[in-house]
Amino acid sequence: MRKRKKNLIVDLRNQWQLQSMIIPGIIFMIVFSYIPMYGVLIAFKHYTALDTFSTAPWVGLDNFKIIVTDQYFWDAMVNTLGISALKLAIGFLTPIILAILIYELHDGPFKRIMQTISYLPHFLSWIVLGGMLITWFSTTGLFNQLFMAVGLMDKPQNFLLDEDKYWWIAVLSDVWKEVGWGTILYLAVMSKIDPTYYEAAKIDGATRFKQIWHITIPMMKNIINLNLILAISGIFGSNLDQTLVLMNSQNQAKAEVLSSYVYRIGMTQGDFSYATAVDLGMSIVSVILLLTSHKVTKKLNDNESVL
Amino acid sequence: MLIFTIIIIVPIWNVLISSFSSGKSLADGGVSFWPKDFSLENYRAVFRDDGIWQAFFISVAKTVIGASTHVLFCAIVAYSYSKSHLKGRKLYTAIGIVTMFFGGGMVPTYLLMKSLGLLNSFWVYIIPALFSFFDVIILMNFFRSIPQSLEDSAKIDGAGDWKIFIKIFLPLSKPALATIALFNGVGQWNDFFTTKLYITDKALYPLQMKIYEIVVQSQMSSMQHVAGSVVLDTTAKGVQLATIVVTTFPILVIYPLLQKHFISGMMIGAVKE
Repeated sequence: MRKRKKNLIVDLRNQWQLQSMIIPGIIFMIVFSYIPMYGVLIAFKHYTALDTFSTAPWVGLDNFKIIVTDQYFWDAMVNTLGISALKLAIGFLTPIILAILIYELHDGPFKRIMQTISYLPHFLSWIVLGGMLITWFSTTGLFNQLFMAVGLMDKPQNFLLDEDKYWWIAVLSDVWKEVGWGTILYLAVMSKIDPTYYEAAKIDGATRFKQIWHITIPMMKNIINLNLILAISGIFGSNLDQTLVLMNSQNQAKAEVLSSYVYRIGMTQGDFSYATAVDLGMSIVSVILLLTSHKVTKKLNDNESVL
Repeated sequence: MLIFTIIIIVPIWNVLISSFSSGKSLADGGVSFWPKDFSLENYRAVFRDDGIWQAFFISVAKTVIGASTHVLFCAIVAYSYSKSHLKGRKLYTAIGIVTMFFGGGMVPTYLLMKSLGLLNSFWVYIIPALFSFFDVIILMNFFRSIPQSLEDSAKIDGAGDWKIFIKIFLPLSKPALATIALFNGVGQWNDFFTTKLYITDKALYPLQMKIYEIVVQSQMSSMQHVAGSVVLDTTAKGVQLATIVVTTFPILVIYPLLQKHFISGMMIGAVKE
């Protein structure tokens, strides 16, 4: 035992350069990740602006009991799940379809321009895009002009003030922003498909659609499965930036999501303990979802971990 | 296919041309595909605002400093992680993986920044963003693809790890480093929540926060005053649009030049999957 300890010290001394490179990273993680994890304990305390971490009194599960009867919390929960589910339903398939369409184009300048344009919105921040959306949806904006021109509406309306439309605005704007970016991985997989498959299928007289259905899609099965599971595990994650930009007093009932709720009660109303409790509950559910989906992926990939 | 392109390009075009139109025609509506009463008045108003220049400077500073320090710091740590003979590597890996999935959440992190004295400091943009375990994994995988023999011969010549890292690994990993710097830089340029959480001093506002103030908040308040029949201050709207264009412009210019790197970067990230 003593000898092993001695060896360790000798080893550490011999690789002091390597150790000197990793220690700053470890210290960083302890300070910026582990200390906040420990700080989560204020969820079990009654913390006010006057307290410090150690003087705040313990209150056990009191903060979590409030969650159960908190109507705003449940509204935010419904909105988070509703918006995420819609995003999943629409935003998951569209990149696959778009990727197939791009793949079927012949190589050339048009294909390249297409791709460049479709990635573009990914690089706009939600703040910029939010500002644009506010303009497009305003009474004199693009959408009102468009809908009135084709006769869908006879009176201009501000869409962002209509809470019943908010979910769709949130979902469609998110899909619009990310659809092109989402094609990159699929295109990478498709580019590795052996072209002889297609040649063989052509000789057998398969139509283009049949080639897609029987060759392209089966070849992408793994990556589609994986992406689906990752998307499901992220269902509690709500897009905070998007919500902060698009939410206003008129649509708040349908727009508030869990993370913006945590921000509001914690940061603007200063109820630190309760906000942390909500945050903690949310993370626990997310971790459970992640672990479950990791298990499922493992099964799908013949017991090989993807992480 | 063409429809996809049109759906993406038309709204962006609309913002661009609207920003070149006079306030009056914006208020009347009817600006859709070509600017009406072409004017540069909106842009003149934007650039007259000293706050914009200040915010632009902050944005550039935090993007350049943030991205370069992030890449360097991650690369140093990743080099060490990539050596399987590193003592305690198992423990270090465990520490890293946990940070990828668990976090303290908004409030405890805020309290930490407060006790570190980072509130209302420029360094809150840089220091907490120095490190990302995910980027370390990507760099680590890249470092492992560098032939062992290069390192061995350097070792025989008596070079230590720091020297090997600086003289051999850094120059050979330029593509991977550039990719991570780019992603991180875009993140820094677009980031606004850090400012919203930790900064109240307007001198430290980056462009994104400026837009949030000019576009979103003013719009919200005008909506609340006259909910139902929203009438906006007409010149304000043009200025808002011009600000949006000015903020996005650097990305639009740089982006096509860097597109190749972005895509190869996605591939590096995807290898693990």
